Amino acid sequence: MAPSSGTDGAYGPGALKRPKRSPGRFGMALVQGCAVLTVAVLVFIIGYVMVKGARVMTPGFLLGSPEKMGREGGIFPSIVGTVSLTLASVIIAAPLGIGTAVFLTEYTQEGLFSRIVRFGTESLAGIPSIIFGLFGFLFFVIRLGMGWSILSGSLTLAAMMLPTIVRTSEEALRSVPDVYKETAYALGASRWQTVASVVLPTAMPGIVTGVILAMGRAVGETAAVIFTAGSSLRLPKSIFDPVRTLPVHFYILAREGISIENAYGTAAVLLSAVLLVDFAAYYILHRISKKRPVARR
Amino acid sequence: MKGEKMASMSRLQAESQVENRIGGPPKVEAQGFSFFYGKTQALKSLDLTVPENSLLTIMGPTGSGKTTFLKALNRLNDRVPGISHSGSLLLGGKDVYDRDVDVATLRRRVGMVFALPVPLPMSIYENVAFGPRKRGVSSKKRLDEIVEEALVSAALWDEVKDRLDSSAHNLSGGQQQRLSLARVLAVDPEVILLDEPTSGLDPISTLKIEELLRVLSERYTVILVTHNPVQAARVQGEVAFFYMGELIEKGPAASMFVRPKDKRTEDYITGKFG
Amino acid sequence: MNRKEKFAEVVLTVVGLTSVAVLALIIFFIFREGAPFFAEVGLGSFIGGTKWSPGKGQFGVLPMIAGSFFVTLGALVIGVPLGLGCALYLSEFAPKRTAAILKPLIEILAGIPSVVFGFIGLTVIVPLIRDRLGGPGFSVLASALVLGIMILPTMVSISYDALRAVPQVYREGMLAVGANRWQAVTSVVLPAARSGILAAGILSMGRAVGETMAVIMVAGNATIIPGSVLDPVRTLTSNIALEMGYAAGLHRQALFATGVVLFVIIGALNIVARSFVRNRVR
Ligand SMILES: Nc1ncnc2c1ncn2[C@@H]1O[C@H](COP(=O)(O)OP(=O)(O)O)[C@@H](O)[C@H]1O
Ligand SMILES: [Mg+2]
Repeated sequence: MAPSSGTDGAYGPGALKRPKRSPGRFGMALVQGCAVLTVAVLVFIIGYVMVKGARVMTPGFLLGSPEKMGREGGIFPSIVGTVSLTLASVIIAAPLGIGTAVFLTEYTQEGLFSRIVRFGTESLAGIPSIIFGLFGFLFFVIRLGMGWSILSGSLTLAAMMLPTIVRTSEEALRSVPDVYKETAYALGASRWQTVASVVLPTAMPGIVTGVILAMGRAVGETAAVIFTAGSSLRLPKSIFDPVRTLPVHFYILAREGISIENAYGTAAVLLSAVLLVDFAAYYILHRISKKRPVARR
Repeated sequence: MKGEKMASMSRLQAESQVENRIGGPPKVEAQGFSFFYGKTQALKSLDLTVPENSLLTIMGPTGSGKTTFLKALNRLNDRVPGISHSGSLLLGGKDVYDRDVDVATLRRRVGMVFALPVPLPMSIYENVAFGPRKRGVSSKKRLDEIVEEALVSAALWDEVKDRLDSSAHNLSGGQQQRLSLARVLAVDPEVILLDEPTSGLDPISTLKIEELLRVLSERYTVILVTHNPVQAARVQGEVAFFYMGELIEKGPAASMFVRPKDKRTEDYITGKFG
Repeated sequence: MNRKEKFAEVVLTVVGLTSVAVLALIIFFIFREGAPFFAEVGLGSFIGGTKWSPGKGQFGVLPMIAGSFFVTLGALVIGVPLGLGCALYLSEFAPKRTAAILKPLIEILAGIPSVVFGFIGLTVIVPLIRDRLGGPGFSVLASALVLGIMILPTMVSISYDALRAVPQVYREGMLAVGANRWQAVTSVVLPAARSGILAAGILSMGRAVGETMAVIMVAGNATIIPGSVLDPVRTLTSNIALEMGYAAGLHRQALFATGVVLFVIIGALNIVARSFVRNRVR
């Protein structure tokens, strides 16, 4: 009470008007400028690649085989390689990542053991992809004798995706209201029954979103893949064959100046795939969970 | 040895007391039962007997230990780290905290309905079939029977019989709460616990549930928790007043609301606090 | 029934240990492969050496350490203020709807493959620098610009979370005593979110140090200590990626030793970042 009456007395009614030059004007414009600039950069990158690459993205390019090291022809083997590598890595990483998250949220209380597991995943998240590449090369390619192959590449990628899947799944699992679990337990369900039939289904939209986002990163990964999956331009016949994924193909085309044209085309395909995956993730999180708002806080 | 003898003696005493009043053998008995979350004591040496096939309403302000009592009885509190207890809490004469008690079986004998309706993320049918399925019932025919019977008992069958396969989320709040009740009935419990089951419901749905509880108490031992003295009076049956972890007094609703023995009970039912 | 429970528990416990196991394997293999090199060449002449020419048996990694340092510093100078500005706008000033649209858009930036960033750098930024500022274009500046953009999503989303975690009453308290929103933010919200923002900066730094493909495409990769922002530069990560394909013997070991150096730097950054995040929680 006291301050407001004091203000009125001292400044009169005009004091309530907004001052013409408020001291924060400039600052607010600045931070708004930052946001505009960032979005502009994003739009530029997507627009630039799409405009330059659209012309090249013909059915013949998508479904054709590369000729003369990729100077001519299409990128079909690379598309197949990318899809199989990504799917294989998700198939390996998703159960491990979701399992770890279930372990952390439902099977252990905060303690030394959970701290160790958490330390492991967080540290893994900070390791640069080139280190994963080196490791995958030493361990899967050489040590386990898998050679440059889809298998080596996807195992390496799976190790890289693991932290993302653990983190997003853990978040989704923690947002399942406790009373759901209590309800299941109160009906005599065991822990695993509760997890399998109540907790996981409720958290599923969040979990799937996390897995898809991790998949999107895997699609575009280069450094970890180039040393583990190889750079063969042939169509793979099994998971023991080497492949040249889209980002690797693109990198080789662009860096060795083989064909800037086809590099643009490849980049456009790659970017479309990544954006598609991102939108799918966004859609699942915001549509499905809106229909079933249970998993959100 | 000695403790056991004393326990059984006091059980005899309690039984004879109950016999005089209502007539059923005791189903739930707390004897000097205390419950702790870490150092916080939520229940203080509770002595309480609930006869078989009767209706007990526990009323009391928030934090008085009502939920703790229910969750001790079906051992849902086991999930909270750092809990401990002393004294005994008997279900049909057997301490629920005995080492050889199978928690899953205990929880099937003691069903619980929560404050907010909890439709599990599955169809209406699957919600009701949840308990029996987890117990190992898999025959479709048997499940159909159980589901129908439970829904009929929960007075929900007529409203949902044509859409058993649709999501339980599409039901109204009152229907969802009766679904929760049906889900509990489907595991064929002996005791039904309800923790402020009408706190999120409109007056009509509330009355429906209360009516249902009176009917059910002829076949089941029903313990209803409420912080609302008006509801306790309406439901009739026995009423227990909890305050700060203690049982202040217990008696038939009719007499307690007319002549409360304790000042605190009087203050509570006249709305002086809580 | 009970067997199934036990089984689930054992399986999940084992699964929970995968990430720890993978981490241990990575450390073991990288260090084991790099260790003989340190034994043979010596830590001093590796870390302190300024000449890298594997053909002549010279393995000085100092230019690459310097390269990573300058490039990362440049990326932070560009990306940290920009990212923090974005986060501030999103959390403190943007209308709810605007923020709801902008936040996922900025997160898309995190999904764009690094080779695409590198390519944009190669075809847009490098020629621009060459024409306007001189030099080869492939430079510290080009790398810093590309990396500065690449760290934006990390910077924005972590500092946004830190800002959101500041209780609303702090802001209201300032507004109640007559401060405007900008003053409330600079005098109360920013200081309160300090450690979270610091963690965001450190994690962004980790990203910049670890980035490989984008930098290779714009840095020029000369093994010299750069004298100006327009000079070409080679980072630790690029050093590995560029030569791994054909290296053998001692040369290959030197590349793994480079990996060890990189690993130690990243590890230190992560530990520092984690201590900040933990302080914030307390
Ligand atoms: N999970 C828990 N951890 C610690 N203390 C608790 C927990 N649940 C309840 N309590 C404490 O126990 C006391 C009784 O709580 P509760 O049984 O929930 O009361 P009511 O249901 O009557 O509101 C309160 O003081 C409450 O703070
Ligand atoms: Mg309660």
